[in-house]
Amino acid sequence: MMDSITNFLSHFFVTGDPMIYGADASIALVSVAVLAVLTYFKKWKWLWNEWLTTVDHKKIGIMYIIAALLMFFRGGVDALMMRTQLAMPGLSFLNAEHYNQVFTTHGTIMIIFAAMPFIFGLMNIAVPLQIGARDVAFPFLNAVSFWLFFAGAMLFNLSFVIGGSPDAGWSSYAPFAGIELNPGVGQNYYVLAVQISGIGSLATGINFLVTILKMRAPGMKLFKMPMFSWSILITSVIIIFAFPAFTVALALMTIDRLFGAHFFTIAAGGSPMLWANLFWFWGHPEVYIVLLPVFGIFSDVIATFAHKTLFGYAVMVWSMIAISFLSFITWLHHFFTMGNTAPVNAFFSISTMLIAIPTGVKIFNWLFTLNKGRIEFTTPMLWALAFIPNFTIGGVTGVMLAMAPADYQYHNSYFLVAHFHSTLIAGTVFGIFCGLHYWWPKMFGYLLDEKKGKWAFWVFMISFNICFMPMYFLGLMGMTRRMYTYPAGLGWGPINFIMTIGAFGMGIGFAIMAYNIVWSAIHGKKDTTGDPWDGRTLEWSIASPAPEYNFAHIPTVSTRDAFETMKEEKRAGRAKPPAPFKPIHMPNNSGIPVIMSAFMFVAGFGFVFWWFWMAIPGVIGVIACLIARSFVYDDFHHIPVDEIERTERAAGRLS
Amino acid sequence: MIKTFKMKMAVALLPLLALLTGCSDNIAVLNPQGPVAREQYHLIVWSLIMMSLVLAIVLIIFIYVLVRFGRRKSKGFDPNDTGNRKLEIIWLIVPVLICILLAVPTVKTLYALNQPPKATAAAPAALNGSKTLTIDVTSVQWKWLFRYPDQKIETVNYVVIPAGIPVQFRLHAYDAMNAFWVPELGGQQYTMTDMPMKLWLQADKPGNYDGRSSNYSGRGFAQMTFTVMARSANDFDNWISSVKNNQPALTHAKYMQLLEPNTVKPQEFSSYPAIVAKDFNKAQMDAVMNGESPEKDSMPGMDMGNGGKGGQK
Repeated sequence: MMDSITNFLSHFFVTGDPMIYGADASIALVSVAVLAVLTYFKKWKWLWNEWLTTVDHKKIGIMYIIAALLMFFRGGVDALMMRTQLAMPGLSFLNAEHYNQVFTTHGTIMIIFAAMPFIFGLMNIAVPLQIGARDVAFPFLNAVSFWLFFAGAMLFNLSFVIGGSPDAGWSSYAPFAGIELNPGVGQNYYVLAVQISGIGSLATGINFLVTILKMRAPGMKLFKMPMFSWSILITSVIIIFAFPAFTVALALMTIDRLFGAHFFTIAAGGSPMLWANLFWFWGHPEVYIVLLPVFGIFSDVIATFAHKTLFGYAVMVWSMIAISFLSFITWLHHFFTMGNTAPVNAFFSISTMLIAIPTGVKIFNWLFTLNKGRIEFTTPMLWALAFIPNFTIGGVTGVMLAMAPADYQYHNSYFLVAHFHSTLIAGTVFGIFCGLHYWWPKMFGYLLDEKKGKWAFWVFMISFNICFMPMYFLGLMGMTRRMYTYPAGLGWGPINFIMTIGAFGMGIGFAIMAYNIVWSAIHGKKDTTGDPWDGRTLEWSIASPAPEYNFAHIPTVSTRDAFETMKEEKRAGRAKPPAPFKPIHMPNNSGIPVIMSAFMFVAGFGFVFWWFWMAIPGVIGVIACLIARSFVYDDFHHIPVDEIERTERAAGRLS
Repeated sequence: MIKTFKMKMAVALLPLLALLTGCSDNIAVLNPQGPVAREQYHLIVWSLIMMSLVLAIVLIIFIYVLVRFGRRKSKGFDPNDTGNRKLEIIWLIVPVLICILLAVPTVKTLYALNQPPKATAAAPAALNGSKTLTIDVTSVQWKWLFRYPDQKIETVNYVVIPAGIPVQFRLHAYDAMNAFWVPELGGQQYTMTDMPMKLWLQADKPGNYDGRSSNYSGRGFAQMTFTVMARSANDFDNWISSVKNNQPALTHAKYMQLLEPNTVKPQEFSSYPAIVAKDFNKAQMDAVMNGESPEKDSMPGMDMGNGGKGGQK
């Protein structure tokens, strides 16, 4: 009896590595500390009422960003562990199994649990404000999306200490990721955690598509929207078309692993290559799901700090639409080397190259927005400016990779790894840091410190180049991704060592930014005007932080840079006197999303361990929550006029 | 501001300089040792030239606008400069032209790589009159098996080929997918369980070339390397007869041992049992070991290509 319990526990908890025990201890300590602080300061009720049950898009956005920053930290630690192991030939800081888990979680976490939620956070905060709306179209669904993502992220991270992490790479290619070659629970964590958060992502796509199409302020035609809102509209469409493919692929792999089906196995007519197709049919558009929104951020930020309207607005929109279309017909370039015939590879080579055309057009439009501008080098602007040359390097190497016969030499080498980090870091990461600094005052009512922000920028950006420029050469020297070690004598050592220095430099840059966040929370400059950057779009027309109802009056829009026009009219003395306030219709908070996601977590955890006694009640709980929700009829309230007046007066908006 | 950008440019140009000053001996892909790699090398260099041009243009405009309009008192501020049809058409057409200039050689090379390279040496006697050599490659967690179907010998983790003769590698996977890559001789192809793939390679001159798996397949993946030894016709013939005369035969039991997931030392065998030539994957082999037909549990019509034996022609 005792033996079987010990045996179970030693498989249940990951054992045998001091780093894991360290993680166990720190997770336990942090959890206890959080619980203690909440209890001591009697903050449970506050936490429940203000955050856990909120349906306010701004608070949901902030929760997305906090979670994403934590995940970014976790993914970054994974990266530093890998870089430490590879710093010199033949090191044994990590063994093969551990390294394989670390690169798998690094990739999955960075894409699915850091980059995407960060972008979802920024769009939650900015899009309704930019289009002059009081919330998203489906505030309840928005909360469901967030909590599903959170449940998925927690489930995925739990694998680190309970049961063991997945180790088949973030792309989890069959047949290696199948139950036969990859027994154990690690890969179950991958399919279930990613699936749970994926449902949330799909719902977010639907939510923002409807929000942007239906809830724009009067007068805001589609072609008068701010560029960030445009990018989110297009991204939402991509999400809606791409995610179902992944949902299906994950479901099939779950059935394979849990119930012994043969969709992707070697035996019984399964097709391992089908996984590659389904995965990348989602995976390539996914790249644009995390890239187009930052194109939008950069467009708004560059226009703001060049103090000009965006150059070639219509072309910018059409090039994003072109990219979104092309993103669905290029997936096969991820496996040019899987034996496609020449005509097939030729088609996907050319379709991939075509993406360079609209992207190049956008680069030139950004450059010409700067041209004849009055450029102001704020922290968000520095991130946006650094994006242009650094992302171009990622872009041109992307074109090189698109040439199939040349790709036979780049595929899976560090050349490829360098390319996608050039695009994902110089694009997505620079973009989310840019957006974070840009919209921070709108979220919290004070600014992040400029000096520390610039330090973080320079350290991070230079280190990024030290880390990833040499990587291209390492790839051409024949080093492939996912090798946990390499022998001396191949000449790879010095380059790897330089890269490791760069990686730690990026870590320092991130730490400076984290310090800046803490420092500014105490000493940050208050944003009393609501318009700290001399902004051009509607989010800057309201107080910082934005009041619960966003707009006391829904603005009427007549031009592209709506707020810029309002300011000009005000200067010219043509501003209309404000109308009297009316009560504002707002959605009620709800505890159902967080409870439902908790059930989802329980169900997911049960399925991971084939514990159906736990999974089935979890699923029933989810269904019960859905039913409970459908009987909630009274799901809104009105904010009375005197409360609006009080809030506006407190923000100095009533004279 | 200007100073830091100059510094940045210098940092960006350093690796390029290193490349141009000829440290490319270390860089396998830029040091092609056979016609296939050379063809890919030419394509890479051509794309590198075009892309450097693009990057240079972007950087020049970028630095210009920052220097010109980045100062507090810079003149020429024009908030009404919101578009220019002519310019926008130019930067639409130029990328289209560049794409065409890259796409044409890409497609040409794609088709060319389906053909065997031209032989540059006389065929060794061991090829029995054939002008090319065929080798069946099987990836097993975490080793490479090489079978010479015409010479009837088998090697593990190294392969000997005649220099100057086109070699067709037929690639199979026993369990996980891997990719067969010899950067100095040419680009890679995957090994898969249900679809044999073909890869032509040829070495210009005798020498040893490092090969490795480039697609992750588990614990021993980093050690999944092999050596391609190109030898003169004479040496190749000698090697074949030496293996045939001096090495042990691959027994069925030994073969089953090789199929276990582990790493092994390079080895060679003078012959192999008939089951080896069937290129069974793990599922089929398990079925055979259980006394079932290997085709039993594969559903006809579900496989890619013609009954799972199709693939690249």
